[in-house]
Amino acid sequence: MPRLSVYFVRASLIHLLLGFTAGGLLLANKGIMISPAIWGLLPAHIEFAFIGWMVQLTMGIAFWILPRFSGDAPRGNQRWSWLALVSINTGIALVVLDGLFGMPWLTFAGRGLELLGLAAFAIGNWKRIKPIGFHS
Amino acid sequence: MPTLTRWFLKAALVYLILALATGIFLVLPDANSIAGYFPVYFHMLTFGWLTQLIFGIALWMFPRYSSARPRGAEWLGWVTFILLNTGLILRIVFEPLHGAAPSHLSSWMLVISAFLQWLAGVVFVANTWKRVKEK
Repeated sequence: MPRLSVYFVRASLIHLLLGFTAGGLLLANKGIMISPAIWGLLPAHIEFAFIGWMVQLTMGIAFWILPRFSGDAPRGNQRWSWLALVSINTGIALVVLDGLFGMPWLTFAGRGLELLGLAAFAIGNWKRIKPIGFHS
Repeated sequence: MPTLTRWFLKAALVYLILALATGIFLVLPDANSIAGYFPVYFHMLTFGWLTQLIFGIALWMFPRYSSARPRGAEWLGWVTFILLNTGLILRIVFEPLHGAAPSHLSSWMLVISAFLQWLAGVVFVANTWKRVKEK
């Protein structure tokens, strides 16, 4: 597994833990009301579980197993994918902070960074989606 | 494919079918009058289907822990499977019941369900972390 995939997958596992913790608190709070403030964790739960866990894991595994090129850069220009890693994780953090502190511009900025990250990942890996034996 | 992975994948497929059937049920008139059905539908898809599928494939395909124990502590994988499914089944049964008529039993079953599902995630991460490594 390449180093960047290790970072993506480990980040996704951390987000899984955060998403499960928020989700567990939400469900337990539905059973026995601990605090109404816990409902404020819903956006964080969705962001951690969907973008942080599932989307990020998919990106890490894709970077690992998509067809490679022959030559010095088997996975193309990796800078795009590194940018994706940083951008997506920063974006998730901003969206979660908005959920906790009520500053909507953080969600706007966070979603923008998530979009930037996904676009960077697509650009960086676009040409790796190719038939077997195709050189480009 | 290891036995544990087969269990994860077959359970995931069962939840996919149940989720899609629940999705049909939700379209029926008055189905949404009970608050618990939509979250159950959503979590059967994202947790019972997608997350369980990922867990099963990860246990199979991730880099080996060691040549002697390629999948780490395999019993932890079984613990994950049992916790995840017990927690999710409790939720499927008791969340709609709680939505229709809250009771002491349904309240505590949701708390137990939440704890079991959370613990499933913790055990999976603990057992998988060291297998996420550079070649």
